[in-house]
Amino acid sequence: MSEVLLDFNNVTMQFGGVTALNEVSLQIKQGEILGLIGPNGAGKTTCFNVMTGVYAPTLGTVSFEGKNLAKLKRFEITKVGIARTFQNIRLFSEMTALENVMVGADARKKASVGGAILRTSRQRHEEKESRERSMELLQFMGISDRAETAARNLPYGYQRRLEIARALATEPKLLCLDEPAAGFNPAEKEELNELILKIREQGYTVLLIEHDMNVVMKVSDRVAVLDFGQKIADGLPADVRNNPAVIAAYLGVEDNAS
Amino acid sequence: MPDWLIIRTFWELTVTGLALGSIYALVALGYTLVYGVLRLINFAHSEIFMVGTFGALLASSQFLSIPLLEDGNYPYRTGMTLIIFLVFIMLIAMLFSGIGAVVLERVAYRPLRGNGDAFGAIVLAFLTTFIVSLVFVDQAKINVIIALLATAPISYAYMRFFKQGRKAPRLAFLISAIGASTAISEAVGVWSKHGRDQYQTPRLLEKKTLFTMFGTDVRIDYAIVIVGALLMMTALTLFVNKTRLGRGVRAVAQDAETSRILGVNVDLIIIVTFALGGVMAGGAAMLFTLVYDQTRFNIGFILGVKSFTAAVLGGIGNLKGALLGGLLLGLVENYGSAIFGGQWKDVIAFVVLLVVLMFRPTGLLGESLGKARV
Repeated sequence: MSEVLLDFNNVTMQFGGVTALNEVSLQIKQGEILGLIGPNGAGKTTCFNVMTGVYAPTLGTVSFEGKNLAKLKRFEITKVGIARTFQNIRLFSEMTALENVMVGADARKKASVGGAILRTSRQRHEEKESRERSMELLQFMGISDRAETAARNLPYGYQRRLEIARALATEPKLLCLDEPAAGFNPAEKEELNELILKIREQGYTVLLIEHDMNVVMKVSDRVAVLDFGQKIADGLPADVRNNPAVIAAYLGVEDNAS
Repeated sequence: MPDWLIIRTFWELTVTGLALGSIYALVALGYTLVYGVLRLINFAHSEIFMVGTFGALLASSQFLSIPLLEDGNYPYRTGMTLIIFLVFIMLIAMLFSGIGAVVLERVAYRPLRGNGDAFGAIVLAFLTTFIVSLVFVDQAKINVIIALLATAPISYAYMRFFKQGRKAPRLAFLISAIGASTAISEAVGVWSKHGRDQYQTPRLLEKKTLFTMFGTDVRIDYAIVIVGALLMMTALTLFVNKTRLGRGVRAVAQDAETSRILGVNVDLIIIVTFALGGVMAGGAAMLFTLVYDQTRFNIGFILGVKSFTAAVLGGIGNLKGALLGGLLLGLVENYGSAIFGGQWKDVIAFVVLLVVLMFRPTGLLGESLGKARV
C-alpha cells in the first residue's frame, strides 16, 4: 500500500494569466482508491489533464513510477500505464462496444503494417487475443450482452461503463475516472461503487474525481480536496468530512444547497 | 435526334461510364481517407495519381523492357504472361503512389502539425538549399553538395522555429497542398525524359470484346477496370473494418484526441492513411493507362478535380460515398455528354455537384469515415 505510483510534485499550471493549479503536491499510492474532490472550477479536471499528459505543467513535475511524464508523448503515457475516462463521454460512437474496447487493447500490441496486410499467424493470434480480452472486460463491467451494438445506440449507463472497460483494456496501473457517476440514479451509483471496488480488487489503482459525496466517501481510501487550484485537505474520508476548511469551501455550500 | 442516340447507345455509355467512374472512385478514396482522418483536403493527391501512371510506364517500358511497337504491331501479350505483367505493373504503380503519398505527408503536412519534426526539417532544409543553389549554379552535382552542407544549420533553424509550438492555421495546410501539387507535376514536366510531352504507355492488351450484354460489346479493358476497382475497394474496406490498423484509422477519424489518450499512435495512423490512399491511386493509375495508353505530367489535374468532386458528391470522409460518387459521376458525365455533346461533359459533372450540394450539403451518404461499413 505504501509504494508511490504517481507523484505530483509542486505542480503549477497556468493558462495565460489564470492559475488553474497552484503548487499542488499529491501522491497516489499503489493499490489505493484516491478520491479527488472540489467545487466546480477548483482545478480537478486540470489536475487530471496534467496527469494524463494533455497539458505539460508550467512548473513542477509529475512522475509515474519515477518517470517524468512531461518527457513522454501522449500515446506513450498510455503505455506506461495510465488510463482515463472522460467526464463527457467520448466513445467512438460509430464503432461497436466490442470494437471500442479493442482500440484500447490494441495499445498494448505492436502495430505492424506488413502483418496487417499479410494477415500473418501472429497477427491473427493477437487479434483473437484482444477480442477475447475485450469480451472479458465487457463481461466484467456487466455489459457484454450489447457487445455488437454501436456505441451511440447504447443506454447511458452502458456508455459510462463501456468507457471504463475501454480504459481497462489498455492494461493500466492507474485508472483515472472523471466523474463516472454523473447522471446516475442512486441505484446505479450503488452498482458503480461496487464496480470500482471490484476494479481495485483486480489490482488496479484508482483515482476518482467525483461530485457526488456519497460515492467518494463510500469508496475512497483517501480523499484530497482542491479549492481554487490549491490543495486544502488530504486524508481519510472521515477526517476530510469534518475538516472545517473543506466544509467552508465545499461541503458547507453543498449542504446549504440541498 | 439526340434522345434516340442515347437510347441506342445507353448500355455502351453505361459500361464506359462505369469504367471511368471506377477510376474516379479509386482516386476519390484517397481524398476521402485523408479528409476523414485529418479534416484536410489533400489537393496534391491528383499528383500522387500522376506519379502512379509514371510508375506504370516505368514498370512496363523499363523494368519489363516492352517497346511501344514490336515489328510494327502493338506488343500484345496473352494468357499467364499477360496476367503476371499486369499484376506486376499494378504493384509498381501502387508502390510509386504509395511511397509518393507517404513522402508527401512527411514533407508537406507533418512539419505543419508542428512537433519539432526532425525529418521534416531536414528535408525542408535540403530542398530549400537545393532550390536556392539552382538559381546560382547549373550543375546538379554541385547543387546537391551545397545542399548537403547547408542542411544541418538550416534544419536546426527550422527545428527551432517549429519547436515554438505554433500550430499552423488550417489555411497553411491548403497552401502547402497546392504548392506540393504544383511542385510534383512541374518536377515531372521539367525533369522527365520528354518533359511536358505526352508519353505513350505500351499497349499489352488487345482491346477486343470480352462478351456482349444487352446488344453492347463489353471491351476487355473496361471489364478489367471495373472488376479491378471493385476488388481493390473490397480489399480496402476489409482492411479498414477488420484489421487493427484499420480500427486505428476509424478511431482517429472519429476522435483523434481520445485515440491518442487510449495509446493509438496517431502519427503512424496518418502515415497508414496516406499510404492506403496512395495505393488506391496507384491502382487507379495503372487501370487508367490500361484504357488510355498514355500519361502526361499534368494528367492528374482534371482527373483529380473530378475525383474530388466524386468524393464530395458521395459525402467526403465516407468510403462508400467515394464509390457511389465516383460511379455516379462517371455515368452522369457519359449520359450527359451523349445528350448535350462532349464539350458539355465537365459542365454536367459540376452542375450535378452543385445541385446535390444544394439539397444535401454533406453529400449523398453524409460525412464520416467512422460510419463507413460494408
